[in-house]
Parts: sequence; C-alpha cells; structure tokens
Amino acid sequence: MFGAGGGTSSYTEVEETDVVLLWGSNAREAHPIYFHHLLKGLDNGAKMYSVDPRRTSSSKFADAWLGLNVGTDIALANAVGREIIAAGLHDTDFIAHSTQGFEDYKAAVEQYTLDNAEEITGVPAHAIRELAHDYAGADTAQILWTLGITEHHNAVENVLSLCNLALLTGHVGRWGSGLVPLRGQNNVQGGGDMGALPNKFPGFQDVEDPVALAKFEAAYHMSLPNKPGLHLTLMFEAMERGEIKGLYVIGENPADSEADVAHARKLLDGLDILVVQDILMTRTAEMADVVLPAAVGWAESEGTVTSSERRVQRVRAAVSPPGEARCDTDIIGDLANRLGVDWGTPTPQDLWDELRSLSPLHAGMSWERLESEGGLQWPCTDLDDPGSTFLHGWLWADDLEGRDPAPFSVCHHEGPKEQLSDEFPLRLTTGRALDSYNTGVQTGGYASPIRYGAGIDVNPADAERLGLSDGERVRVFSPRGSVETSVRIQPDIPKGLTFTTFHFPELVDVNQLTNPEWDPRSGTAEFKAAAVRIEPITKEQPEQLTPSTDPATKSANG
Amino acid sequence: MTVTEVSVNLTINGQAVSVPEGTSIHKACESAGIETPTLCWAENLTPVNVCRVCVVEVEGSRALVPSCARAAEDEMVVQTDSPRVRHSRKMVLEFLGSSVDLSQATELAEWMRHYGADPDRYDQPDLVAERISEEPKIQDDLYIRDYDKCVLCYKCVEACGDDAQHTYAIAVSGRGFGARISTEFDTVLPDSACVYCGNCIGVCPTGAIQFKTEFDMRAAGEWRPDEQDVTTTVCSFCGVGCNLELHTQDDRIVKVTSPADHSVTHGHLCIKGRFGWQYVQPPTRK
Repeated sequence: MFGAGGGTSSYTEVEETDVVLLWGSNAREAHPIYFHHLLKGLDNGAKMYSVDPRRTSSSKFADAWLGLNVGTDIALANAVGREIIAAGLHDTDFIAHSTQGFEDYKAAVEQYTLDNAEEITGVPAHAIRELAHDYAGADTAQILWTLGITEHHNAVENVLSLCNLALLTGHVGRWGSGLVPLRGQNNVQGGGDMGALPNKFPGFQDVEDPVALAKFEAAYHMSLPNKPGLHLTLMFEAMERGEIKGLYVIGENPADSEADVAHARKLLDGLDILVVQDILMTRTAEMADVVLPAAVGWAESEGTVTSSERRVQRVRAAVSPPGEARCDTDIIGDLANRLGVDWGTPTPQDLWDELRSLSPLHAGMSWERLESEGGLQWPCTDLDDPGSTFLHGWLWADDLEGRDPAPFSVCHHEGPKEQLSDEFPLRLTTGRALDSYNTGVQTGGYASPIRYGAGIDVNPADAERLGLSDGERVRVFSPRGSVETSVRIQPDIPKGLTFTTFHFPELVDVNQLTNPEWDPRSGTAEFKAAAVRIEPITKEQPEQLTPSTDPATKSANG
Repeated sequence: MTVTEVSVNLTINGQAVSVPEGTSIHKACESAGIETPTLCWAENLTPVNVCRVCVVEVEGSRALVPSCARAAEDEMVVQTDSPRVRHSRKMVLEFLGSSVDLSQATELAEWMRHYGADPDRYDQPDLVAERISEEPKIQDDLYIRDYDKCVLCYKCVEACGDDAQHTYAIAVSGRGFGARISTEFDTVLPDSACVYCGNCIGVCPTGAIQFKTEFDMRAAGEWRPDEQDVTTTVCSFCGVGCNLELHTQDDRIVKVTSPADHSVTHGHLCIKGRFGWQYVQPPTRK
C-alpha cells in the first residue's frame, strides 16, 4: 500500500501512544521484549484492545478483549471503519490531502453495520463501537499484528483492511501512530529487505522495473530474469506438477512446518535431488540427498539482521562452528564458484558494502556506523542520515513529497476457506507458546520448566459435551488427516474453538491437520483456520503416535 | 518526546556541577566523575532506596540521604567522601557482609577494600553474627536460589514486576531476619507464576539468584571469569532484535546477558533469549 514493506514505527513509540490495537498477536509470548515496551505504554496510560479469537496472555493486559470468530477480521475492521465514518470521527483533511479511493471504501463498508458485524464476528456491537471511537478519537494510536492476520487465505486483504483504518484516522506517518507487523524471526524483515522475495531486488526494487533490472544486471555482470520467481507455496505446486525437480533448502524445515504436511513430505520425497543447508539434522535434512552443515547465524557467523523496527544490527561469531559446519555465505559462495561463476571469497563486510551500493535505503549504513551506533533504522540514505524512527512522514507533507496519495483498499469478508460441518464441527487454530519456537528444532535443546508440551486446548463446555476430561488422550481429525494428542481444558478458549502449538511435530504432527489453502498474493497458507473433530480414544482403537519421549528432554533434532 | 531542559546547579565535593532538573544526586556524581557504590540501584530499574550503600551528606539535611533516590536541587551542597559518609558506607557494608555471603558480589569487594570494611570483626569467640545458612534451592534446570547471598535489595522483585516483566512471581515475605524473596505461598518455582525470563538473575548483584549452568560450573571449579569473552550479537528467536551478550569460556557459551543501555532490551530478555542457546553447543550438535 505504501511501498517498502516494513513496520512503520519504533518500539519506543508504543511507550508514548494513546491507544493500541493488538490484533491477531499474542506478543506477550511470541514477542516478549516488544511487549515490555507495550507494557510501558500501558503504565503510561495507554488503552489497549486485544482482538484475538483466544483470550491470550496478552489479552489479559488489555482494557477490552474482542474475541472474534476465526477469520472474521475484515468484517470487524470494516465495521470499525463504518462506525468511524458514521460517527463523523474520520480525519477529513487527511483523507482529502493524503489518500485516494475514500468514496469507494465508504460505499464498500456501508453494509458492515455494528449489528451485522456482531452477527459475523461474534463480538458485541457495543465493543466494536467503543474500539472505533477510542481509536479514531486518540491523538496517537497504533495497530500491531502478527500471524493471526497473515496466516489466512486472504492475508493481504486482512492487512489492507487494517491499513484502511489508519488512513481513515491519520494514524500513520507520525510519531506514536502507525502500523506495526511484528516479525516472527530475527531476520524475516532483513530477508525481504535483501531481496529474498520472488519479485524484488534488494531494497524493495521491483524485478519488473527496467531501470532497476539494468542497475542490478550491471552490478552483477549477468543478465537476470525480469519476471517474478516463485514463493514457497508456488514452489510446492510446481513440484506437484513435476516442474521443479530439485530443491536447495537453507535454514527451513518444510517437512515439519508446511500446512498439510503429509502431502508436503510426499512432494519432497518425489524430488530428483534435495539439498539441505542447516545447523541441525532437521526432518527435512534427514530426507536430503546432500546435507551442507551450516554455522549458527547469530553465534558462529558475522553479518547483520534487521528487526521489526527496521533496525539493522550486527550479529557476531562468539564460538567456533562444530565439525565441518561453515558460514552460509561461504557455502553459497563456494557453490557458485563450483557452478562456474567466480564470486571469489567476499567477507560479510564486502557483501554489505555491495548491498549499500545498490539499495538506497541502506546506503548510509556503513559497517563502522553499525558497529559504533549499535544499529540503524532504514531508510538511511547517506552517512549523515541518522536513520528513520518512523515511516511515511510524506503523508503529512504539503506536496506529499511528489508521491501519489495512499490508496484505500476495498476488502470484503469471506471467512475461512474451510467451513465447519457436521463431520468437522470445531475450529482449530495454531500458534506459539512462550518457551518454544517454530518446529522445536532449536528450543528442544533446553529444559524449560514451563513447557507444557503438545496438547489441544478445548473449552470446558465443549469438553463436557464431548465427554472429555483434562489430560485425556484423543484423536483429532481434519479433512486431511488425524493426530493423537491430549486434551487440555482451557476456559480462555471460546466455545467451538480449539488451539494447539506446532512446536512438537515429533509428538503431535499438527500440520497434518492444517489447511494448505493459501493467499495468492502473499503465498501464506491458512494455518489459523482448519475444521476438526475430536474423538476420545477407546480401548478398541490401536494407539498410534503415543509419545515415548518427554518433550522437555528430547533431542534437539525435532 | 519532549524533555524539559531546565538545569540545576549544585556543588559536589567542592566542585560546581550542572545537571538537568530531575537528575538524581547519584547521576550528578557520575557526571562529575565521582563513583558511588550501590547494591539496589540499577540503570534499568526504578530506585527502591533500601540498601543505604550510596548515602551522601547534604548540607542542611539531618540524616544522610540515599543519592539514588534524591533529586539534585539548585544550590545543594553534597559531600560524598566526608568522614560521616565513609563511616556509614563502611558500617553498612560490614553489617551486610556479616550476615550475607558477598563472595560473588564482585563490585562490592572493591568498595569494601576502599572503605576498610571488615565483616569478620563481628565474629567474636562467644558471639558470632547470625547467618541465613540455607541450602540453595534447586527446583529446575535453569535457576538456583541461594538465600545465603541475598541482601534483600529488591532488584529481582522490581524486574519481575513493574520495572520490566510485569509477572509479579516474587515478593518479599516475612519480617526482620526472617524476610525472604519468595514465590506465592513459597511454592516451588516451576509451580509459581514465574515465566523464567531470567531478568531477576540479570539484575541480582550478589549471585543469590543464578543460572544453574553457572552454579554447576562454580561447584565443579570450572567457572573462570578471567578467561571469559563477551560477544554482543542478536537473538534468533523472534523479530524484535534483542541484543545478547554471549559469555564464552573454552569456545563454549556459558551465560547470556543483555546490555542495560540497549534501546531494545534495556537489559531484559525472555526465556528463549536467555536459555534457548543450548542447542548450539556440542554434543547436541556434531
């Protein structure tokens, strides 16, 4: 919507903002130190709304929890927008000066009355109204989100429906107001910034832009494709069609992390060659024809990573990598040399300086400055540029700095792809727990006293109806497969909803259940919304997948 | 965003000092190049004003004042090295040292030498100062609590509560010599509200709350701070960008901290950042 993809605001801004909408994020557990900044904001008097199907540990710090039905975020956001307009709380000057498409947006959200929204989302109309009035009436306000917004088949529309609210109220491009997607990995921001996207060169320069293409071809001394490549989900589809026969996987564990994972494993198995470069023997590495042992990026390598506030910071080698493990850049460089392209042996600083010469966003971040200033936030265009605490200040400039006004986006409610049915009457959503991380490859390595292991959270009323007791072993079925797990009766889970983490695939292969339907624009699968059925395990049924190891002491190779 | 830049002018040890309004005497001393000993004060915590080690003499004030908690005022005349201040600091350090094991409070050791504090002088043949004398509490694989080393400075309580974590798993229970930092109803730590962020360990000045890895290495005689290096890097467990200080010895990570002056963490981490590094080490990884 605004160009470069990054959170608009710095962490310190949330300490000084007036209203926070924490939407589809359990930052208390998934981003605990960001949550410290948020807590400072609350201590300073900010009001927080938590929008989440679950009453999470983050929600418990909120002034109000809006427990919407899974996948109804657009209906809720549109109702908030409609109420802001109906109450005359929108910023008409900002809309006229800095945005376009307001009339279309206004017409599109007209149908999302508070009552209609209550019907769709399950959130009481008065709570939606209160959120709308507080957000629009605040001097400064931020919307924070994570995968609760983006792990849906309409992820991009979910995000745009939130951006619309910021455009409606002018809560963007100013200190304290903004739109903040919290990143899930230490360099998911940096990876995108560096061009690890199918349609972008480093610095968000488009591969289809002839000027950018010419610049990169000249710098790299070779011709480059002028069409976008494939993102992960499209790669799996191409594997299915037999168009991709070889895969080189670096630091990713798709054999555990993909939705409908049994199908994904079959596709990985059918490849002519699978090369995996990783720091541990993941399940994907175990399937590989060739494993390239890698050094740990943050403890055994030199380089940079970029955080959710666009801060580029140095990572440094503290210990030596074991055995034959080597730094990713050295492995990739050697591979290129073997493939007949002479990349020499550049140092991390050489690579960084090349990036600076090609990405204007990073041009001012010399290696020396990154060392001495402890990190810099892009855009940082020259050596005198202190970096940027927040983005999109141009929206408030008299001439918009020559840019086009920011567009509203018309988005409509669709709901999850997989509807509930008599056969699969419960909603399953997935997420993280505080002490664990992704498929458990790394966090399996330490003995956490608060690890509650794999299990499925069920509302007490649903448990009673299904005759389930706490800790009981059950089999959970989705249209794609079934897994055995334990019931955890959880009053913070609303009726009709179930929840599990995905940290223990060796014990409970949760992604056998999740829905691979994906967003055509982002490529993200709908991990957050599957339809399931829970059945008690009777003695007659064979016991499968019974965990034989304690999750707290299992090996790191999870 | 806006800071009122009104200056106050005071005199410290005869030296004219000018600092922004609201600055503590402790910070004013620091800006004048005067070091002040303290146990309960930290850069990333609100002063709780209990250890009395940082007291100074302020002209016109009947009692000595804690420099960490008292704001500098215009025309204040402060003495940090008067006989009264030296005597008070010495006595406080001696009293603490007479009942508490300060062997791992490394910063304090130098101050004790500086003020000639000798806690042992209270141990007479017929009159020995009372000590806590409890076995260290070891209730999980991450923390140990050794109350023999606790000076009740409240830093851990503050870090667990309002100043950082907002978990409120610990508080002071009991009174007088029986006062202890305790979980609710003294339940074992894994059953308490504790989320194992380790921020209490990060602020503990005496080693009373400690990483179990460090405790075990010390017990085995393998903890050698003089041979340790510290490398600053970035945590890998989410996208917040917390700086980690990796303390390494013999090419292995032995402890993780975070810099108190870092704008992202202010010295605080979560359980993953503090403890999640163990997979890096052999023999896990070969």
